[in-house]
Amino acid sequence: MSLFPSGPEPAEVASVTDLTTAVAGLIREGTRECWVKGEVAEYRVWRSGHHYFCLKDARSQMRCVLWRTDAQRLRQAPADGAEVYVLGRPTLWEEKAEFRFTARTILPTAAIGAAQLELERVRALLQAEGLFDPARKRPLPRFPLRIAVVTSVDGAALRDIVAVTRRRWPLAELLVVGARVQGEGAPESIARALRVAARIPGLHLCIVGRGGGARDDLAAFNAEVVCRAIAALPVPSIAAVGHETDISLADLVADLRAPTPSAAAESAAPDVHVVRRTFDDLGLRLAQALSRRTRLAAERVERYGDRYRAAAEMLVTRRRHRLEQLAGRLEALSPLRVLERGYAVPLTPEGHVLRRAEEFVPGQPFRLRIAAGSVRARVEESS
Amino acid sequence: MTRKQGAAAPAPTLDQDLARLEEIVRRLEATDTDLDAALALFEEGVGCLRGARERLAAAELKVQQVLEQAGGDLTSEPLDL
Repeated sequence: MSLFPSGPEPAEVASVTDLTTAVAGLIREGTRECWVKGEVAEYRVWRSGHHYFCLKDARSQMRCVLWRTDAQRLRQAPADGAEVYVLGRPTLWEEKAEFRFTARTILPTAAIGAAQLELERVRALLQAEGLFDPARKRPLPRFPLRIAVVTSVDGAALRDIVAVTRRRWPLAELLVVGARVQGEGAPESIARALRVAARIPGLHLCIVGRGGGARDDLAAFNAEVVCRAIAALPVPSIAAVGHETDISLADLVADLRAPTPSAAAESAAPDVHVVRRTFDDLGLRLAQALSRRTRLAAERVERYGDRYRAAAEMLVTRRRHRLEQLAGRLEALSPLRVLERGYAVPLTPEGHVLRRAEEFVPGQPFRLRIAAGSVRARVEESS
Repeated sequence: MTRKQGAAAPAPTLDQDLARLEEIVRRLEATDTDLDAALALFEEGVGCLRGARERLAAAELKVQQVLEQAGGDLTSEPLDL
């Protein structure tokens, strides 16, 4: 019998790293994110931006860390002695084999009801899934013709959206999907309406929201089912949960957040007058470009000389006939027709239309497009 | 979706008209297009312009309420506010 206890078989010996890694894995797999209630002690903000603190109750305490990216979202760091809820998950700091609670957010218990806790849970969950990610945001269509509106059928929000759209963009068709926007069953009702909107064929855009109300009345727009239904829409969305100060989770998930339903309608649709003017300008440039192009052709004919002149003239005559037909059609739409009545259009040398006195700089040359041709001009004075 | 008011889904053609018209004007303003091509472009541009103006002139906002029937079909009817 040996005087000394026999040693372990070398193959059975774990390194410190092996063991801590294994324990870290057990903690990771055996626990999940949860809320913990306790009292804050030794709260420290490090230069690195990470926050470290203790959370304790009558019997135990644990070390917690709040990494910088999460710490930046904290409204206010808690004072030592404050009672708080901490959302986070247990982890192992492997270098020291020490247990750490890795926090994601901290809320003072004083201010928080169950609704707020639920909101923070959903916020943390959706954030982790990337549903608030700016990279997810889709651009709104430039000229939406078919717009779904998910809101209460008899609310002020709908009336505002209809009024603004009627004034700005009457080409559109608004498809209203009614939902209960507050009280019992509101989240399910809004989510169901969003799923109906998602099935509307040929849809370009969806507005979801309600008018301003008390903070509690807006709770439905923080519900997970509503946020997920917005995220699942096949078209871009605008959330308008009429409340300037509080941002709902629906606002964060939607492609655009509008402060009010009226503002949502303003963002959704262009102003038809501006769009008409855009087309008018292009019509004018189209006419000018063609007239310059035909003048060039005529000059070229001059240069052809006698030998080709007859043939070339014939070609031009044939085209002129076609041009006259086109000009007749153009007349109905035409900026040229306005010019015929004696008006002139001032243009920059690059061909942009000058509309406001501020655009005329004294001494600056510009062109006046008149019915037959154009003249060079110079600004003497603008008022 | 069956619709009591009947219209088919409108196509987003204003976008296309605008993009095409901008392209046509750009090409016409470049002087290297030959005359035949220029005339054809002009003609097409006038068509785009007319189409866009007609659409922009169509004027009464339509407001419909969408309802889901028991079987899951969607119907719509005019909504008076």
